[in-house]
This record gives sequence, structure tokens and C-alpha cells, in this order.
Amino acid sequence: MPRLVSHPDEVKIVSSRFGMGATNIDRYIELGGYASAKKCLQQGPDWIIDEMKASNLRGRGGAGFPTGMKWSFVPKQSAKPKYVLVNGDESEPGTCKDHLIFLHDPHAVIEGTIIAGLAIGARLGFIYLRGEYRYLIEIMEKAVADAYARGYLGKNIFASETEFQVVTQTGAGAYEVGEESALMESLEGKRGVPRIKPPFPAVVGLYGGPTVINNAETIATVPHVIQMGGAAFAAVGSARNGGTRLFSVSGHVERPGVYELPMGYNLKKIVYDVAGGVRGGRKLKAVVPGGSSTPVLLPAEIEELGMDFDQVGKAGSMLGSAGVVVLDDQTCIVEFALRTISFYQHESCGWCIPCREGTDWLKKSLTRFHAGFGEAKDIDNIQYLAENMLGRTFCPLGDAAAMPTLAFVKKFRKEFEDHLNGKPCPFAKHVELAVI
Amino acid sequence: MSPNDTNRETMTLFSPQLAARLDGLVQKYPVLRSALIPMLLYAQDEVGYLSDAVIAEVAARIGITELDVRNVATYYSMLRFKPAGKYNIQVCTNISCMLRGAYDVYERFQEELGIGHKGITADGLFSLEEVECIGACCWAPAIQVNYEFHDELAPGGVRGLLDGYRGRAKAEGKAADA
Repeated sequence: MPRLVSHPDEVKIVSSRFGMGATNIDRYIELGGYASAKKCLQQGPDWIIDEMKASNLRGRGGAGFPTGMKWSFVPKQSAKPKYVLVNGDESEPGTCKDHLIFLHDPHAVIEGTIIAGLAIGARLGFIYLRGEYRYLIEIMEKAVADAYARGYLGKNIFASETEFQVVTQTGAGAYEVGEESALMESLEGKRGVPRIKPPFPAVVGLYGGPTVINNAETIATVPHVIQMGGAAFAAVGSARNGGTRLFSVSGHVERPGVYELPMGYNLKKIVYDVAGGVRGGRKLKAVVPGGSSTPVLLPAEIEELGMDFDQVGKAGSMLGSAGVVVLDDQTCIVEFALRTISFYQHESCGWCIPCREGTDWLKKSLTRFHAGFGEAKDIDNIQYLAENMLGRTFCPLGDAAAMPTLAFVKKFRKEFEDHLNGKPCPFAKHVELAVI
Repeated sequence: MSPNDTNRETMTLFSPQLAARLDGLVQKYPVLRSALIPMLLYAQDEVGYLSDAVIAEVAARIGITELDVRNVATYYSMLRFKPAGKYNIQVCTNISCMLRGAYDVYERFQEELGIGHKGITADGLFSLEEVECIGACCWAPAIQVNYEFHDELAPGGVRGLLDGYRGRAKAEGKAADA
């Protein structure tokens, strides 16, 4: 069972039921569960969307799109059925927050799905979990069965005339499927390759019907927004960034863990205070702020940095999935960059050439470089390759590979130069001496 | 063949429990094909891999060609076309795990088992894989054995972990003999 952590600065909203036995439906109800869904059933779609807009809740998957606005884009009348699709494909390296939501609070995901369905007029919602999360899928399936048994899901939810069904789905290993259009392809039983946009899923989505796709954390947050009221939820966070965020803090810190902190919370405090500082009293080298696809930040850049979508964006990186990965001064940046790009090379679905070829060549270049067979021109070449991937693919995976690579080269150019001309890597133990 | 037919071949290929589960999947979605990926995964869990027979059976159940099934199945990293060990050890070496010593753990598994990436031990008990992020970054280094997570695993814990699974296999063997 994953370890739970705690810190006095935490504001536990989404994580308030972690460790409280809320997988049990009675316990969930005792802790205030399903009251929000009942309220939404009475208030109707316009009220729900207004509350969501007032909450300034923004998508927790990484893009940070305002949830209320996303829901409002779904046409009221549609010839085809509408769907809610919950993205629990959590695969961004450095991110393990949804893992805890499914483990500790599966009914919050169900309740949020019901509310999303009521808001857009859908009668069916899907909860998609990555295949590796089998034990969590079992927890979700049990929770769904319990909700059906109570009449909270089905033809007449909460004894009303409204129908809402929930279906769980398993993936089978693919990072790319976390991208919303690839997720729909996968759910339709196909290879997880992205679709071109427009049309956007709100208009043409799953099975061709209007579809709202939200991250599992976003959906689990929704019942709390309704319970607190949109304005009160917004007040917890920073400007235009409502509420809290589950920060997965990992790497070289004393106390790694998932911490729920208000949006806008200072990154330096997350590293040094909340997570207990750099492990073994070492010096901080760099921080990846929002999962492996987000550009790395130097210690000086985190000093005054508030962790919300806008502030991290202004600092030249992204809040992403809020996976904070901390690197100490013994970390080889070239090795770290190589491991990052190896991941994207492995996960590129191959649909778009700039991503398929770009990630492959970046991996080859960095492998050679790290092994001490690099040449000076390789550094510029790595940059050139990465720059030519940006914005040239159907989905953001190409960008997700290129952006961190560019930041590693720009911010740690000297360390790349130190690897030149057959010099052994000054840090790494695991130098692969294969020549490509 | 209609999706609900259970012919003789199916009976021997899948256990009654699995066959019933796959029948349930057929009812679950608005469009039958959505059942494809879970069907493949659950069938693999029981049979061990996606054999030609499994692919043919799943294709028949969904009503698509075997080629269609292979086209989809080859995309997903958890689906395999060769048997794995009884216990498939998946060591995450992605960034968060790497920073906390995942490669040392992975090397220790290689030494203990005498196999490398995608290798399988002679007795068929263990197979080993280096895998991408498994969503346990804050409890690194993490591994999965089949679907079981093991968090914060140090190289020193590898032998004990393997012994635990050896014991489990032995106990299962005894229960089967009895």
C-alpha cells in the first residue's frame, strides 16, 4: 500500500478522504459523499456549469483548460448520444496522484462523473484506467457495483427520472493513450493514435458523439466544488487558478509523497519545506515542475515561483500534471535527458513523422553523447532536432519530448560540453558504452 | 459466429470463468469493439500470452479479422505474443525511480535471475522486463510483479522478494497436487 504523507501547509480537499475507509460506500456517504450529485440533480445543468465556471477549476491532466468552459462547449441538443470520459491513464513520469484517488476515494470519481453527465446531458460515462492499475480497476469496479446497488447509477438515479450509467475500462500499456483523442481511439478498441482537431471532442468525440474528457483528479474534485460552492473553491487558490492541486513530489527529497497544496504555493517551499529538502543534505541542482514533459527549472528559478498554470508558464515551463521531480547535485543531466527522451521514443505512437523520427534521433544522439562519443556539433544538432518537432504533430507528445530536451541543453550546456571528446561522464555509474 | 456461442474449442482454450467474463464484456459497451482490449488482456492473464488460438477466438468474439486484432494488440506494451514467466517482474527505471536507484535494483534482478530484459528463467518461474513509469513515482524505486506493486525496493530486498514468490509457487504446486 503506497505510503501517505502529511504536512501542516496542506489543504486537504480532494485528499480529505484518503486513508478514511471511503472505498466503503456507507463510509463515503457518512463523509458527505453523493450529496453533491443529489444537489446537482435538483439544480440542473446551467447551475452546475455556472458553479464550475465560478470555481476556476482547470484541467488537472496538464493542459489546465477551465473545466466549466469545457463542459459549456457541449451542444445541448445532439442527434448522437453524449458521453463523459474520465482519463485515468495516468502515465506522465513523475505523476502518481490518480493512483491514490482510485485507491482511497473511488466514489468521488463516480460522483464527479455523474455530475459531469448531468451538466452536459449525457447518460453514459466511462472511467478509463491504465492497464497497470489492475488492483485499482478492481477497487473502481467494486465501487461502481455498489453505486448501482444503491440506485445512484442506473435508469433512475437517486429515484429520479434521470438515467446515468458508468462503465469502467482498462488500458493495456500506452502513454499516448493519455492524450484525449488517442484515449477515445483506445476506448473504441483501436490503436491509440491521435485524431486531428478540429473537430474537438465536445462536438465529435467517442463513437462520434459529443464527449467531455476530464482527468481523474479533475473529476474527483468536482463533488468538492459543488459542496463548497464555486466561489469558495476559487478562493482557496490563486488568481484564475481555483482550489488545490495534488503535487506528486519525487526524486531526491527527504519526504517524497503526494501533497495537496493550494494553487500558487511556492515551489521552493514544496522542495525544502513540504518534502523536507534535498536528500542527504545535498545541494539542489534542478527541479522538473510538472512531470517529465515540462522544461526543467534551475534553483534560482524556483525561489519566487508560485505553482499555478499561469506563473509556471511565465517562468518558461508548465505546471503540467504537477509531478515535481527533484534532482540533486550528483545527477548527470545528460543521463537524465537521455532517460527522459528514451521514454518518449518508446511511447511515440509513430503516427506523426517529426515525433517518430525526432525522438529516435534524439535518443541516438544523447546515447552517443552520454557514452563519451559526442562531438561539439551534436549539441546544436540536438537543439535543431528538438526545435523542428515543436508544433508539428497531431498531439502534444512531440512537444512533450522536445520541450524538456531544449531546456536541458540550454540550461546545462556546460555539462553537455563536459561530456565531449570521450571524457567519461563525471557522474553516472550506468554509462552504456554501445556505439551507435 | 455470434458473440455468445461457446464452441468446443473455446471450452478448452479458456476456463469457464474467463469465458463468462468475456461474455460479460460483450454486453458492457454500446459498441462491441470496445471490448477488444480488455478481452485480450484478460485472456492473456489466463493463457499467459496472446497465442494464435487466443487471437482467433477473440477475433471471432468481436467479429473482426485476426489481422485487425493483431494490428491493435501490437500497439499496447502489456500485450505479448510469447509466454512470460509465471511471475513477470517489471522494473520501472523511469526518472523518479532512476533517481532513487532503480538501475541498481534492475541489475540485482539480472544477477539473481541470470536473465536480461524480456528474459525468462529456465524453470519458467520468472521473467524480467525494464518498463516505463508505472505510476508509483513517490514510492520509488517501484516494481510490479504481474499486477502487484512493490514500493521502495532496495537492491538488498531483491533476494527476499524472489524467495517469497518461489515459496508461493511451491505452495500453489502442493495445493494443486493435493
